[in-house]
Amino acid sequence: MKLAVWTYEGPPHVGAMRVATAMTGVHYLLHAPQGDTYADLLFTMIERRGARPPVTYTTFQARDLGGDTADLFKTAARDAYARFQPQAMLVGASCTAELIQDDPGGLASTLGLPVPVVALELPSYQKKENWGAGETFYQLVKTFARRSDAHERTSARPRCNILGPTALGFRHRDDVVEITRLLELIGVEVNVTAPLGASPADLTRLGDADFNVVLYPEIASVAAAWLERQFGQKTVKTTPIGVGATLDFINEVAAITGLDATEALSMAGGRMSWWSRSVDSNYLTGKRVFIFGDATHAIAAARVAAEEMGFEVVGLGAYSREFAREVRAAAALYNCPAFVTDDYLEVEQAISELQPELVLGTQMERNIAKRLRIACAVISAPAHVQDFPARYSPQMGVEGANVLFDTWVHPLVMGLEEHLLSMFRDDFEFNDHAGPSHLGHGASTGAAVVEASPAVAAVEADTLVAPVDGAAVDHVLTWSRDAEAELHKIPFFVRGKARRNTELFARQTGVHRIEVETIYDARSHFSR
Amino acid sequence: MTPLDISFRERPRTNEAGAGAVAPAPAPVLRQRGQREVFCGLTSIVWLHRKIQDAFFLVVGSRTCAHLIQSAAGVMVFAEPRFATAIMEERDLAGMADANDELDRVVDELLARRPNIKMLFLVGSCPSEVIKLDLSRAAQRLSRRHGPGLSVLNYSGSGIETTFTQGEDACLASLLEQAPAAPASAAEQLVVVGVLPDIVEDQFRRLFTAMGIKDVAFFPPRRAGEIPAIGPGMRFLLTQPFLTETSQRLEDMGAKPLRAPFPFGSQGTTDWLRAAATAFGVSDATFEAVVQPAQARAERALAPHRRALEGKSIFFFPDSQLEPSLARFAYEELGMRPIEVGTPYLNRDLVGAEIDRLPTGVTVSEGQDVDLQLDRCRAARPDLTVCGLGLANPLEAEGLTTKWSIELVFSPIHGFDQAGDLANLFARPLARRAKLRL
Repeated sequence: MKLAVWTYEGPPHVGAMRVATAMTGVHYLLHAPQGDTYADLLFTMIERRGARPPVTYTTFQARDLGGDTADLFKTAARDAYARFQPQAMLVGASCTAELIQDDPGGLASTLGLPVPVVALELPSYQKKENWGAGETFYQLVKTFARRSDAHERTSARPRCNILGPTALGFRHRDDVVEITRLLELIGVEVNVTAPLGASPADLTRLGDADFNVVLYPEIASVAAAWLERQFGQKTVKTTPIGVGATLDFINEVAAITGLDATEALSMAGGRMSWWSRSVDSNYLTGKRVFIFGDATHAIAAARVAAEEMGFEVVGLGAYSREFAREVRAAAALYNCPAFVTDDYLEVEQAISELQPELVLGTQMERNIAKRLRIACAVISAPAHVQDFPARYSPQMGVEGANVLFDTWVHPLVMGLEEHLLSMFRDDFEFNDHAGPSHLGHGASTGAAVVEASPAVAAVEADTLVAPVDGAAVDHVLTWSRDAEAELHKIPFFVRGKARRNTELFARQTGVHRIEVETIYDARSHFSR
Repeated sequence: MTPLDISFRERPRTNEAGAGAVAPAPAPVLRQRGQREVFCGLTSIVWLHRKIQDAFFLVVGSRTCAHLIQSAAGVMVFAEPRFATAIMEERDLAGMADANDELDRVVDELLARRPNIKMLFLVGSCPSEVIKLDLSRAAQRLSRRHGPGLSVLNYSGSGIETTFTQGEDACLASLLEQAPAAPASAAEQLVVVGVLPDIVEDQFRRLFTAMGIKDVAFFPPRRAGEIPAIGPGMRFLLTQPFLTETSQRLEDMGAKPLRAPFPFGSQGTTDWLRAAATAFGVSDATFEAVVQPAQARAERALAPHRRALEGKSIFFFPDSQLEPSLARFAYEELGMRPIEVGTPYLNRDLVGAEIDRLPTGVTVSEGQDVDLQLDRCRAARPDLTVCGLGLANPLEAEGLTTKWSIELVFSPIHGFDQAGDLANLFARPLARRAKLRL
């Protein structure tokens, strides 16, 4: 048993749902108890889909467990086929149905349904959502992929499949558009994109492509490896997130196809590379950033952060245990600790210890960052409704890099803004208490709490810092009035960090009463 | 209908509502069996853990359970959630690890992190029920081990046994085990039963006090240590129609039920309060004097919504068991036309009287075959469809106007001062549709 507060991934059958929902012409019959239908709302609410996921749940109850759950399954399968008339059915069990061992695949095969039935074995007590999506996609590809005569036709342009995008994926919808556009610019024709938007009939044409582009290795790498073995299709493995990775991606495609990609290469810098080189971006230099997400997005984000934003990566982690090696290798590259864990509490502890200025993470890290008052941008699933924007907002390719620049910089204070803040910080209208002018008067009440009682503030800080060193909980800190006043001369957006660093330093050096000197000692200590 | 319906035909029913009286025969109830688009009882942890502030809810289940609770909690961000899941793994099932030892270890880990927990609920799930993990024995064992500062209770929120709000019912029923027995000589006391937001509880307390009903107890209490004593002197008033098991257990403990419509809207709240007033000998004059100002406020708040909603048809998909009472409110107090009133479970003892107040021709349905029900809904094209989160956007995309039913459970809707808010929950989707030029 494992104690879990929040989970990064759902169970594997939710991964199967992400594949089924992404596709057309597929219906998934899930042997599951009442209540498992909650998973529908992930698609209808978080992703705002205007149609129910193509899933029928048998919804058995306690009174069915006596023995007729198998009949329930067969009836539901027949009804679902009759109502939805899919080209293919997926059948499988959720965690509870796995325990009652009704064998959905075997039962479905006795029904003589007039369409192919793909039986999914997704061990709920060992595996998780992304694995479930990958396995489901692999089973579908294995069942349907063929090579038709059309393959032999001499096509003017090389063809590829785009593999991996699913429903509920982080910006998959827009990545597909961006990468399709990029491939066309290079001179490559997209044969099939799957699972997103593909039908089983489309999957039968997978073998006609010359090579495969794997956008999301968590979901498509197993299927792509099978296609490579089966049809000799090469796999483009670079995830084109960021300017550098997009260039690498173009070069990899050019190498496989022998195409001249000069034009695409010349456009790959987008606006991002100039935005990052422009003087305003100077203030980004060395910002401490903590990165966590699925392995693909986290590793790609680390490269962009270090090489294209000039940040310092202070921690890099992923919840995808399947990619632990890659995550560790990337962390070694940036000389920072690696975290391969699906324990939200461990990630929270790492962030509060490392005190980054920016967190790039999932919805979970957004919650952590909010609590610790650290700037944050979401770069990976699991994401919430606000991360499924109406506007075009890819992560990949040229426009993706532009989007990364904007969304990562947005939560930070801009360079020119930072300059003005320090220039005017003593102005009577422009101090912390005045609050932003566009909010009108009285928008500043929040700051007063800390002011009123340094003791309270110290206690709050204690709670914040406590996890850093459990043994130091008894170490009572007080701030002298002068030190407190000095602290408030520091601009508010770095004051929290200054307070934490000062207190951490005080604890480490056995100081109980923080004086003005302590603040500056701490500052020189941490600026080494 | 699916072939399955054969085994779930209309059960012969006695006419409980009008026993002996010359009451009209209640409308037949449509019972179907198929896919149910409802939450399981674990979902109620989302509001239960906010109510009992020193309690912690530990689900003993699978990754699906953990995923469900955080998905149902939706955009709500809890600084420190007082719930967690002990996720069972392969080794627990394969007998490589004794599940009880594992559970004890997880509880130790939890208590080390959260030493201030006074009450721990072990919440059973579908997988823990199927493998027959005995959580009541585990609760006793853990109570001995960590008592007396911590009481450990257990109940099942599994989907194979409970839907959505039945989780609260099961939780409260288990909490009654902790209630001290009131001495037979104890004075009569009113106990108000069911989770209410604190603000609503306080409103009701003020009304009862003004009527002269003193020492009203609320169950569940805000703190684990404040459970009221239960005994023959107790008269209890339910705030929620889904408290079937809790109600039964209170009766078993000697408490006497006060049956009333549920306190939604002005009329519902008046009737509900009157049941207590009558039982506690409050004079009509006092009752009127106390209730009238709040009633007038409620009427005032309802009036504009009634103008907007009068004559509009409404279709309820089953969700929380509040549906019959809400349909009564929508019909009597807002002038809406209920087409179908679906409920996951129909307890005529508790809501029969309100169902009998619905107009003839309304379909009352219990349980669900969601595809068939969607067919009926599409055919009826109601002005407003009250349904779960999984159905709302798909129906909106088909051109229907919907209200997410979960908001009816998460928002304060009971009592006079929330009557306008409740009506607004029905009115806002229609007002929005009328505004948009899209």
